[in-house]
Amino acid sequence: MSSISIEAAKATYGGKSEKETLRNMARECGCRRIYKYANDYGDKKTHTDYFRIEKPGDEERLRSSPHVHKVVLVYNDGEINLLNPQISHFVTSVPKILLVLFFIGLLATPLIIKWRSQPKDSSPVDKQVALSRYGFKLEEVSRASGIDFKHQAPTLDPKLDHIMPQVASMGAAVSVVDFDRDGWQDLYVTNSGEGSFNALYRNQGDGTFKDVAAEMNVADVNQAGTGVSMGAVWGDYDNDGYEDLFLYKWGRPELFHNDAGRGFTRATETAGLPAWVNANTAVWFDYDRDGRLDLFLGGYYPEAVDLWHLTTTRMMPESFEYARNGGRKYLFHNLGDGRFEETSERLGINTRRWALAASAADLRGTGYPDLFIANDYGVAELFFNQEGKRFDEAGERTGVGFAPKSGMNAAFGDILNQGRFAIYVSNISEEGVLVQGNNLWLPREGTNGDSIQYENFANAMGVELGGWSFGAQFGDLNNDGTLDLYLVNGYVSAEDRSSYWYDFSKIASGNSAIIADAAHWPPMQGRSLSGHQQKKVWINDGTGHFTEVAQAVGVTDTFDGRSIAQADLWNRGVLDVIVANQRGPLLLYKNAVAPENSWIEFELEGTASNRSAIGAQVHVFWNRQQQVQEVSGGSGFCAQNDRRLHFGLGRNPRIEKVEIRWPSGRIQTLDRVEIGKLNKVKEAA
Amino acid sequence: MNPELTAPDVAAAPPAKRRASWLSFDNRFIAPVFITIILLVGQLVGGILESYEKTLLAIFAAIATEMLLGRIFTNKWPHLASAYITGISVGILVRSTAVWPYLWCSVVSVASKYVLRVQGRHIWNPSNFGISAFLFLAPFAGATLSVQWGNNLTAMAVIWTLGSLIIYRLRRFHITATYVACFFLFALVRSWITGDPFQSEIAPITGPMYQLFIFFMITDPKTTVCSKRGQCAVAAGVAFVEMIFRLLEVVHAPYYALFLVGPAANLLEINLTSRRRERVAAA
Repeated sequence: MSSISIEAAKATYGGKSEKETLRNMARECGCRRIYKYANDYGDKKTHTDYFRIEKPGDEERLRSSPHVHKVVLVYNDGEINLLNPQISHFVTSVPKILLVLFFIGLLATPLIIKWRSQPKDSSPVDKQVALSRYGFKLEEVSRASGIDFKHQAPTLDPKLDHIMPQVASMGAAVSVVDFDRDGWQDLYVTNSGEGSFNALYRNQGDGTFKDVAAEMNVADVNQAGTGVSMGAVWGDYDNDGYEDLFLYKWGRPELFHNDAGRGFTRATETAGLPAWVNANTAVWFDYDRDGRLDLFLGGYYPEAVDLWHLTTTRMMPESFEYARNGGRKYLFHNLGDGRFEETSERLGINTRRWALAASAADLRGTGYPDLFIANDYGVAELFFNQEGKRFDEAGERTGVGFAPKSGMNAAFGDILNQGRFAIYVSNISEEGVLVQGNNLWLPREGTNGDSIQYENFANAMGVELGGWSFGAQFGDLNNDGTLDLYLVNGYVSAEDRSSYWYDFSKIASGNSAIIADAAHWPPMQGRSLSGHQQKKVWINDGTGHFTEVAQAVGVTDTFDGRSIAQADLWNRGVLDVIVANQRGPLLLYKNAVAPENSWIEFELEGTASNRSAIGAQVHVFWNRQQQVQEVSGGSGFCAQNDRRLHFGLGRNPRIEKVEIRWPSGRIQTLDRVEIGKLNKVKEAA
Repeated sequence: MNPELTAPDVAAAPPAKRRASWLSFDNRFIAPVFITIILLVGQLVGGILESYEKTLLAIFAAIATEMLLGRIFTNKWPHLASAYITGISVGILVRSTAVWPYLWCSVVSVASKYVLRVQGRHIWNPSNFGISAFLFLAPFAGATLSVQWGNNLTAMAVIWTLGSLIIYRLRRFHITATYVACFFLFALVRSWITGDPFQSEIAPITGPMYQLFIFFMITDPKTTVCSKRGQCAVAAGVAFVEMIFRLLEVVHAPYYALFLVGPAANLLEINLTSRRRERVAAA
């Protein structure tokens, strides 16, 4: 450590300013710090000198010297800064007090934001209050309707015992179908315990349901060695007028042909389906518009993995947000004779992300259905359908595939009544640990076609935070003319007061060498992971804002919700809600809607198009607004809604036009439609 | 004249040996350049950012706050390297779907340097203070980065290597090395206590959050003690308190550990220095 006077330093090292002199000196001398200080040297006079800090301990000795009264500047690795405010201009009390007050206010800001964003009172209210306030009220009626179904989870390889609840965490699914064409919507519900039975609840039209799965030959589909069910989608692949069943599993996928509503025949071998796929999503759609339904099947775990007989524990995702080691995807082109040809790679769908939900709709107005895939452990993918000849992945350039999250749902809805679809993707939100937020992708104003861009409005519209979210569906629950949103959530509900989140967050940040191996995951030991969560029912005010009313309208369950579907189960002109819960009961929420709101429904049948009319769009123009809905071959999470389209119309509706855009390309305008009725429409020749 | 401070006039002394030419550019730019590299590698390889807009907002907010407060309270325009590092740290580490946390966290971080001072020293690392405050006061609004950069081992190796070289150049490697060694040691202890796999205990340090924590937070010269031994002791202390927090299953253990240990060490040092001065003065 050595000193030099300011004058000498300037003469030696030059520099137009003191700062420059200091920097020059630092470079020339190779020292790390230079102190400018005032020292009385014991003579009661102030001397100003520079000190170079060169050795360990120099700085401490200088600082601790009783003779150094005022250390003014520190030259610290090139940065000149104040060290001691005692002699600076800092000590000007008024600004300092203001700064402190500002700082305190700043720290208090989050508390104010939280207080202001607290949801308004949403405690349960009686039916009349709910009807007058929200326009609808839901009542859980499963038992009264003859439904007593409880989902069983699988028991996988013992090597996964320590984390079994989170690995065996899917499989509860529900899809809606009128399998016997009696005009009443039936329910197919999957089970996932080895040897457990799936249920096909026939709607008896009198308010009750009866499980006919066994007699229809679609119950015993979870035998050991064949895997267990994850979900099912219905589509009339042979255009015989009856919806056929495709069952996807962690195991052998199955295709069941519907024998005129009297039973089902396995058609798996004829169809040429693969022997084993660990799938969590499938969608019927006619991607090439040839009038025959094709099938997309999305793998989650790699297809080489047999979860009951693991050869290695390295079967987990290689990353929490960037995993590409999941299952492959399949695109089965319907050849028309009961056989399917696998075309995914040839057509450009070549991804190994961990698909959890997929859905198809014509998002660009091309007439061809595009395919959206919500992926766990990564970004979403949006495959643009190029006239049925090729799929181009456009997730990143459209905005939906930029930020990696934990996608678990894909649902489309024209939430602003603009004739364009928004896409809702559910993710994970756990306060203070992982707040991904759900995504509500809206087409950016002025973009369309191949250059369409999406913006995430989930936060702005109030549908962002839904806990560990799974299935969600749009539907006009109160018939006010705007689409509402129903979301189920909850991952693993075990012990109420203990959480696995700490351990989960620990492993989630690990490198692939660690996270990909199940043996490295800490044991769950009966702890919950985002369990016991309250569901979300958001009602749409039509101006771009949703209000959460679940508790108030009667949705009070806290099971681990997976799949949710909506259907007019009792042909009353309202959407009822069916929820499949993991390791929990199937719930049936019967809807009561304020009678002053009108509605209209459409049941479509294709002729040149596929007979299920999957992919057909209905545009209803009324009261100077329009809403589009599309018949879907699977949406949400492991779910399929009522194939009939339900439109709420609000009060005093005057329908101006109804336009149907069939998958064949035909456009049919309906002259006479009946409000308050189900309108059956056959594709015009 | 105080003999302790007396030394030959530097003008008369031979010039100190020049450093090797590599990395000999102005030290002030090393850390900002390094953290910018981390940002770019992370984003290009793994797309780590919540969004470009939010990261830019965090950076601009930090710089604007620094300029404003620096001008008001020091009567000069401050150097912006520190604010830039703070802003970019906030931009990378804060994960929120809302915009305001990025603005808030940056402003709080920089403002803490001007408000929370003891005898002229700010005692918290700014971004550590801001992020800890965010996690504690606004858990409903977000969390911190807790995932990999695209799981790319090469990117991780580059950052670790480059970071180590740079931190060595800045004569702070002993802090990083001490912390990392202690982390692994305490991971072993935690694994032994909890029975959890050792791999799960070391998993966090393989993530990018720790790269920022290790290279930018715990090595911050302004907020650690002066002596080399003291700095090592502080780093070990941070790792130890972190272990305690981890045993208590506190998710944000490293932030809170540094939040507590860093200022405590600084206050201890300030206190000891004052006492020493008083003793000398009394003598």
